[in-house]
Amino acid sequence: MQNNVLDYLEGSLARVPDKIAYADDDVQLTFSDVKRIMDSVGTGIIDMGCNREPVIVFMKKSPNTIATFFGVINAGCYYVPIDSEMPATRIQLILENCKPKLIICDESTIDIANDFEYKAKVVLFSDIVNTKPNPEALGLVRKKAIDTDPIYIVFTSGSTGVPKGVCACHRSVIDYIEQLSETLGFSEDTIFGNQTPLYFDACLKELYPTLKFGATTYLIPHSYFMFPIKLVEYINEHNINTVCWVVSALTMISAFATFDTVVPYTLKTIAFGSEVFPIKQFRLWRAAVPEAKFFNLYGPTEGTGMCCYYPVEREFADDEVIPVGFPFKNTEIMLLKDDNTLAEQGEQGEICIRGTSVTLGYYNNPEKTKEAYVQNPLNTAYPEIIYRTGDIGHINEYGELVFHSRKDFQIKHMGHRIELGEIEANVNLVPEIKLSGCIYAKEQGKIVLYYVGDITEGDLIKALKKKLPRYMLPNKVNRLDEMPFTANGKIDRVKLTKMYNN
Amino acid sequence: MNELLEILKDLHPEVDFETAKDLVDGGILDSFDIVSLISEINEEFDVTIGAAELTPENFNSAKAIYALIQAKLDDED
Repeated sequence: MQNNVLDYLEGSLARVPDKIAYADDDVQLTFSDVKRIMDSVGTGIIDMGCNREPVIVFMKKSPNTIATFFGVINAGCYYVPIDSEMPATRIQLILENCKPKLIICDESTIDIANDFEYKAKVVLFSDIVNTKPNPEALGLVRKKAIDTDPIYIVFTSGSTGVPKGVCACHRSVIDYIEQLSETLGFSEDTIFGNQTPLYFDACLKELYPTLKFGATTYLIPHSYFMFPIKLVEYINEHNINTVCWVVSALTMISAFATFDTVVPYTLKTIAFGSEVFPIKQFRLWRAAVPEAKFFNLYGPTEGTGMCCYYPVEREFADDEVIPVGFPFKNTEIMLLKDDNTLAEQGEQGEICIRGTSVTLGYYNNPEKTKEAYVQNPLNTAYPEIIYRTGDIGHINEYGELVFHSRKDFQIKHMGHRIELGEIEANVNLVPEIKLSGCIYAKEQGKIVLYYVGDITEGDLIKALKKKLPRYMLPNKVNRLDEMPFTANGKIDRVKLTKMYNN
Repeated sequence: MNELLEILKDLHPEVDFETAKDLVDGGILDSFDIVSLISEINEEFDVTIGAAELTPENFNSAKAIYALIQAKLDDED
């Protein structure tokens, strides 16, 4: 039985060693190249004395970065991707949480890494990749592999201002890749066009099926996502037939009437998720590529990538929401009501995940783990952990799961999961700030911040840029003389929302 | 021009848009900004900017963006 994600490479390496596995505009790696890099990097990491521990990969998005992830796994360790887009204070929090011994950099990040407050051994990819592979040492690590050992930690927004590191194991990722590949019909002929960053779990969809099938993944340069015609031409030039993108990347193409000029005719499978796809935009897509299959995917990072899928086939009214559908095989969705009993059909309940896809928990964070990874309340016979997503949903008349709302102040903005509390916590760290309240204007898709304090809007944004990643920066900032409060003395978000809408 | 500068200032209050000339090439505007910028321009000026006009050159400075809006307005007259 397969117990390590890297076992996926064996078959592809034997069948198609010289085929391109991962490519961008600068670097192309064949499956043989991937094997060579992961053996060298893996040996280098073992030589430095790392074993079953987190290794930071701090490199720009590139095929070499992916091969480095595999190198970390090959050494029996787990990768923690960080990115130069992340502000220094956030990186510091991540390093303090993981306490890594080793950081692997490239030329674009090494100066930043050497300036980190947290001190670890910093090595360049271009050096460690020259390590002579040691098949005995690598073989010994693989022989001892356990499929419940971690493979990566990725960090997600935390409401107290400290990001949470979601830690996933081999078994969960293998389960996800198997179910996703079967459902979406991946094969050796699949050519992926990757959009999502490598520092989230979203890129699992392309990284591992490529290894498994001997498929190909193109990392589409970020700048193309500003210029839809160039983007569609890129898809057609590279014969990309499969995309798994956030909704905003797809609607950016359709909303600018790109299809009047050029159509992505090579696309056969279009998966999207993380947000609601406006039906009007969806119809433009279906009309442009009528032969393609469309899938809505749903799932939190804590459930390893995605855990539900919905093939969009029937017609939808303008005001209807596309369901999140059905759980993948080997995963159960339980809808739990406030009294921890199951919701009936049509009734609302919290979406809870049961099965192998549930990740190991938040790294070095037992308090937060305990809140969301809980004993299945319907099972008192033996320990069984389920994940409580905090999402509210119901089952509709077709037996499909429909997402409804959040229990808390978590939002989805441009495909990113954000806790409004994390933004406020960072705003309140700015010395001049007395009070702050953050709301999300859903219809306009804007994060709106209100604050009281002796600082201009511009200076506040400048200060926030040092603390928050770009996608978490408020889109509108308004200074107030007084903050509105509710009768209980909490910041009145309903009033703030009303103020914004006026 | 003032209406446009207002819109831009709302997006990035920390940038001096009257002098910046590398909004796209310098990475000041990203794809999220471009999308919201265009919807605001379409609303404020009652024009429709299409995919063909979405090029780095047209968005590198406030002046270039304004020239694009003017050209659209002239076309529609």
